[in-house]
Amino acid sequence: MKIWTKLAFTGALVAMSACTNPDRFSNPSDDDVAGLGQGVTGQTGVSDPTSPQYFSQTIGDKVLFVVDSASLTAAGQQTLDGQAQWLQTNVNYRAIIEGHADEQGTREYNLALGARRANAVREYLVSKGIDTGRLQTISYGKERPSAVCAAESCYSQNRRSVTVISVAGLNS
Amino acid sequence: MTRLLNLLITAFLLVLLAPVVQAQNGPLRITITDGVIEPIPFAAPVFEAETDAAGQAARDITSVLAQDLRGTGLFREIPQQAFISTVSSFTQTIAYADWRAINAQALVTGAVSVSGDQLTVKFRLYDVFSGEELGGGQQLVGTVNGWRRIAHKVADVVYGRITGEGGYFDSRVVFVGETGTKGNRLKRLAIMDYDGANIQFLTDSSALVLAPRFSPTGDRVLYTSYESGFPRINVLDVASVGRQQLQTAPGEMSFSPRFSRDGREVIYSLANGGNTDIWRTDLGSGEHTRLTNAPSIETAPSFSPDGSQIVFESDRSGTQQLYIMPASGGNAQRISFGEGRYGTPVWSPRGDLVAFTKQNAGRFHIGVMRIDGSEERLLTASQLDEGPSWSPNGRVIMFTRETLGASGASTLYSVDIAGRNLQPVQLRGGASDPSWGPLQP
Repeated sequence: MKIWTKLAFTGALVAMSACTNPDRFSNPSDDDVAGLGQGVTGQTGVSDPTSPQYFSQTIGDKVLFVVDSASLTAAGQQTLDGQAQWLQTNVNYRAIIEGHADEQGTREYNLALGARRANAVREYLVSKGIDTGRLQTISYGKERPSAVCAAESCYSQNRRSVTVISVAGLNS
Repeated sequence: MTRLLNLLITAFLLVLLAPVVQAQNGPLRITITDGVIEPIPFAAPVFEAETDAAGQAARDITSVLAQDLRGTGLFREIPQQAFISTVSSFTQTIAYADWRAINAQALVTGAVSVSGDQLTVKFRLYDVFSGEELGGGQQLVGTVNGWRRIAHKVADVVYGRITGEGGYFDSRVVFVGETGTKGNRLKRLAIMDYDGANIQFLTDSSALVLAPRFSPTGDRVLYTSYESGFPRINVLDVASVGRQQLQTAPGEMSFSPRFSRDGREVIYSLANGGNTDIWRTDLGSGEHTRLTNAPSIETAPSFSPDGSQIVFESDRSGTQQLYIMPASGGNAQRISFGEGRYGTPVWSPRGDLVAFTKQNAGRFHIGVMRIDGSEERLLTASQLDEGPSWSPNGRVIMFTRETLGASGASTLYSVDIAGRNLQPVQLRGGASDPSWGPLQP
């Protein structure tokens, strides 16, 4: 018990100090990540093709999924082709791939489903030549909807992955 | 008394799923049958204040005790205005005829005294129609500030003597307190008495937290936190509110944890490369064991009370269904075969039932089934019910009900395992993911 406690505590400290916290939802004051084009005010960003703002807004950081599926649609693959090209050009950036689910499911299952979706995106980007060490995945399950109505028009927006470009960089 | 208990036990074994009260014109008892419900009428005159300072406590304790009993749906309180007899002294002889006349079947009397910080409560339970006391008088000592716990303990004794089963009133629930709009929800861990009183927050809302699970003794809480940036299982010590990350097997995400019944092991889900499986970690040795190994999603594991088996959900058949496997992993048997999807199974403390969330035809249900999958019974229906948690005596289930849409909010509800007595837990603010702890010592 004592040993476990010590190990666990050390592990937590290392994890927290060694990397930038990628959880953009829980740290609204952090502005070192870009996602969904929200919270980004620089006008030059969007027109600069090497900027994360260009990535999120012009190429598209979001890929949508059908109900209870982590299969990439043709439209999704097209978006990811653009993401892969951008990542190959802009080698100093890394990415966190978020997986999300709509609210029509239980909490645990949706966490696992979000992990599946994020991984499907990661595998596709890796298949297009992106180094796996530049990509991390995280699932939010149904915790962070981007649209909040109780209709398929919103649910379809929430079954998504979001590729969040990291400016600061993350240790792999 | 022995005959009464035997009757109760026999009846209970015969009809596990249907706790129903039947008023009897014989010895005071609740017989568990599947007949029509008829709550037992009881009278609880305000407890006698034996010291000057005890008046408020006496009124409050009587009120909470009565509320506990009413809240079960098994008892009906007779209003004080209907009383013919008054009970001004705890030691006076009971005028049974006066209580029979207003049809009280159970009568609880008590006396409260306060000395400094110490609160003493004496109480007796009477079977009015038999004209005799049920069990002996009992005395409980606590602190003045802890008066609610004393009231709950009195209610647990009364409930236990009449039903022959353990109570659940002196217990706490750990849950997720929610604020903010649906699109920007803030969540923090919180703990409360089972009835929603005495809420304390255990974490702040700077990091997303999900699905806390009490340890069997209630000393620790496992939960999923995004504090490190990624979903990770934390362990929180309830007394000190100190928390630390659980050292799991290596993986990208860990979530859906639950303690073993001896509190020495944790079972949980670990996601790697998009695949979620179930693992077990021994807290003493730090040893990790992989319990499932499939490309499908395996999550929401829960131990049987004897620790020999684990119920969990998997979509290996194509949709979420419930399975039972040995605690060491290996061959799993599917137990859910109805229409729709089944998730979040939780083994009952009695070992006979599994509670679950079911999704079918656009509705969510909380339900129970026997561990062989038979006798499925849906207890609730709404747009979004999920995450059942058992009361310590296995009689009541608390769960999350969420309304949909932009103004959607989560609240906690409870329902008994016959599907009766559905009621919200009285709380201000949003709440989700309840985990019902044990009866307190």
